[in-house]
Amino acid sequence: MSVFTGRGLGCERGDRAVFSGLDFALGAGEALVLRGGNGAGKTSLLRLMAGLAAPAAGRLLWDGVDIAEDPARHAARLRFVGHRDAVKPALTAAENLRFWARLQGAGGGVPAALARFGLDRLADTPARFLSAGQRRRLALARVAAGTSELWLLDEPTVALDPEGVAAVLGAVEAHRAGGGRCAIATNVPLALAGARALDLDAHAA
Amino acid sequence: MIRFSALVGRELRLVWRQPGEAATAVLFFILAVILFPLGIGPEPALLARLAAGLLWVAALLAALLSLDRLFREDHEDGSLELLLLSPVAPELVVGAKSVAHWLTTGLPLIGAAPLIGALLDFDPTGGAALAAAMVLGTPTISLIGAMGAAMTLGARTSGVLLSLLVLPLLIPVLIFGAGAVQAALAGAAPRQPLLFLAALLAAAAVIAPWAAGVAVRQAMD
Repeated sequence: MSVFTGRGLGCERGDRAVFSGLDFALGAGEALVLRGGNGAGKTSLLRLMAGLAAPAAGRLLWDGVDIAEDPARHAARLRFVGHRDAVKPALTAAENLRFWARLQGAGGGVPAALARFGLDRLADTPARFLSAGQRRRLALARVAAGTSELWLLDEPTVALDPEGVAAVLGAVEAHRAGGGRCAIATNVPLALAGARALDLDAHAA
Repeated sequence: MIRFSALVGRELRLVWRQPGEAATAVLFFILAVILFPLGIGPEPALLARLAAGLLWVAALLAALLSLDRLFREDHEDGSLELLLLSPVAPELVVGAKSVAHWLTTGLPLIGAAPLIGALLDFDPTGGAALAAAMVLGTPTISLIGAMGAAMTLGARTSGVLLSLLVLPLLIPVLIFGAGAVQAALAGAAPRQPLLFLAALLAAAAVIAPWAAGVAVRQAMD
């Protein structure tokens, strides 16, 4: 069984140390909830996990192999939702999703992903007419279309109504049931079975 | 290849849905050239002599207008980091954007060139050389411009910085582009300047996407 681990991670923003000495382990089917106040480094840690930035200290290992050795391979096994939605206002909801699905080489899951997040009736609506919450749903639906081993979600429930939050939880649980794992940065309590919490405030540098 | 065409298709679709932005470059090109006869005065002989140079300068400036946007929107809305996480190499992302930029800016400029030539009393014997030079030169502008746009990502005054960075690099395109036309007008074969333009394009096609790919990755930190 593969495991994704971080050892002695440290992160700097500008010249300021954000956190240091941070360890985590994320096995198949597990969920890791990142907690911490504003500026504690939740987003920074997710970006380190995605390989978008390099840690100032420590290493990130997938089955014992440093992810920096083959960034493309690591990128291929993860899906990332940042705090920005990456939704193009000029394209329809379905076009937005189809583009990313084609880029990932998985075109089939788009209608199901739209339905899961309650966007099926808005599929042909230009995204500029979507509300903030609907855009957030669209960003999350991008991750749910297709399969991957690791989800990295940055404040996924921002702007979502209770129904949207339930859709996120359902998608995450389905992903975990299929052997996927996820790391979620959030300050909202999420009802995820057996999720482990990682408190970044305890690692503040 | 499917992914590359998906990228180009997305860029084209975005431009198609917001046609005003692409039309700006062509309208700027036409307007800028119209200003010259007004400023210089209605002297057909003088205008005809300046025509090739004016066309190239205006085309360069018009292409620059739309370059600033090339990566900025994707950078601001978070798409760029997702593109870097996709299976497409950063060099190909830049290549696809350069191709789309040329299709939406360079190609319309070439299309508008005969109209502009007529306004400047351009001698039609140089027409073929001008067309060939623009076909070879405008893709170089898009490629070098994409490199500049990637390098100025995240800078607050990226538009100005981009011009300062890119315009000097495009001087050879201007020299050989105008040179090809002048050679044709003088009755000589424009082979040599056209070959230089082709060489510039080949070099830019190899170097610019790679350099821009590195720059885009740097901008993520």
